[in-house]
Amino acid sequence: MNEKTAVSLSGVAKGFRTWKRGPNGAWWRRRRDLKVALEPLDLNVPAGGVTGIIGPNGSGKSTLIRILGTLLTPDSGSASVFGLDVVAQAPSVRRHINRVSVEASFFKELSCWENMLYAARLYGSADSGARRRVEQLMERLGLPGDTLDRPMKQLSRGQQQKVAIARSFMTTPSLLLLDEPTTGLDPRSKREVQELLRSLRREREVTVLLCTHDLDEAAALSDRVIMLDYGKVLADGTPAELCERFGQPDLEEVFMQLSGRSLAEDEEESE
Amino acid sequence: MTRLELPALRHEADALWGFAERQFNLVKRYWAWEVLWLFYSLVSVLSIGYLASGLGLAGFSARDFHRTQLYLLVGSLLWSYLSSVFTDVSFAISWERWEGTIEYTFMAPVRRLTHLLGICLFAIVYGLLRSAIVLAIAIPLFKLDLSRSDLLAASAVLAAATVPLVGIGILAAVLPLLSPEKGDQMAMAVQGFLLLVSGVYYPLSVLPGPFQVAGRLSPLTYTLSGIRDCLLNGHHLGDMLPTLGLLLAMGAVLIPGGLVVFGWAEGRAKQLGLLKRSG
Repeated sequence: MNEKTAVSLSGVAKGFRTWKRGPNGAWWRRRRDLKVALEPLDLNVPAGGVTGIIGPNGSGKSTLIRILGTLLTPDSGSASVFGLDVVAQAPSVRRHINRVSVEASFFKELSCWENMLYAARLYGSADSGARRRVEQLMERLGLPGDTLDRPMKQLSRGQQQKVAIARSFMTTPSLLLLDEPTTGLDPRSKREVQELLRSLRREREVTVLLCTHDLDEAAALSDRVIMLDYGKVLADGTPAELCERFGQPDLEEVFMQLSGRSLAEDEEESE
Repeated sequence: MTRLELPALRHEADALWGFAERQFNLVKRYWAWEVLWLFYSLVSVLSIGYLASGLGLAGFSARDFHRTQLYLLVGSLLWSYLSSVFTDVSFAISWERWEGTIEYTFMAPVRRLTHLLGICLFAIVYGLLRSAIVLAIAIPLFKLDLSRSDLLAASAVLAAATVPLVGIGILAAVLPLLSPEKGDQMAMAVQGFLLLVSGVYYPLSVLPGPFQVAGRLSPLTYTLSGIRDCLLNGHHLGDMLPTLGLLLAMGAVLIPGGLVVFGWAEGRAKQLGLLKRSG
């Protein structure tokens, strides 16, 4: 295992079993269906830099993130984070990672600070300077000074997502898993979040896996892009390499050429 | 414990406090609900107290009446405490699911023992506080005579009972983990069964044989009979040593057993993809 490898996957596959009943079938006559979320996947992500994972809903992006986040066990293959197996050494893996998901995971009735303090205690960073550090992060995110003591439910979705990103950075992860961090944000909030990611990346040695629908965002933030569809890798390379390899002006066209459909249309349908 | 392990231990202690503090903050924010639950506990205990008063009108001697009233009130009050701890612990997982924080908590670099003990710590302290309020109202209302009671011995039994209770709570928390849709209801059913077989309002001897066997396996049975002995029969701490030993032994089996079962359930939830908001 190369010391500088942040993420390594070897033949990682995942499927979900559901019981289905045929039309007009009796309730006890059910068959077990397997929905494949991830086909056997091999992947190496070097430490440092941003790797964009792009694909439509159901392509396996979130499944991949949740496997790396120790929330899902792969059906086959092995996955490791900084050389630590995500199943056998899950507690050690958790010390290296943090995740921002599409839905900001907060206790909505608690204040922003109460949520932050909870996270700091779980990650062992709740020292006397924690409040000051959080205030500095909030300032950089352009959040008003009183935000910290307001209940999360009173914050806009954009503000909640910024707080979620601040929380993830507070715990200084080596691997940051961003699962659609700007989905549903207004254009201004989206730009602010993207700018924050850029500046924090400049300042810290952190590896970022960025799952997104937004191909412009992926092109702007990622050093490398992996396109997924139906749990399979369609393409892997830098944004410029992919456009050049497939003779297309942008990633949207590359995705369309490879999958036969537009990611933008797919998103609209799912909405 | 080596020096290298001390920072890890400090981290776990801080996380344990973090879980308890989080529960405290949630109770503070949902204070109106808490007032309602306290009111519900109070009226439940008072109803049982007045049920005993009703029996007093049926020709009981004064001594038997006071004894019956205290017997039922102790059962009701203890059940109010034990069920509130059980509910708080077993519903901790469901609460995380409702709030959408379950993935965040399960991704945190914290031992599951720390996670669950933090929840239990708060549940026990908060349960005791609620029960103390209800008791403070019930004593003057029913003119309870505790002059022959050994409160110290009763408190010791209660303290020892929290150990197996934590184990049962952890076991019950497995249900919402494995069944996002029906887990809460299943935990309620388990709680109801414990009420049936643990001798809360009647001695085990009135139950059919199989229920008596289940009752003998329930730590709540020994908790209730021990506390009743201290309050009604004036038993002292020395008399309670076998009960204390039994409760602690049950806890020594139930807590590690609960953690093993919870660990298995967590692994299963990770295989099936249940560790998320909707399950």
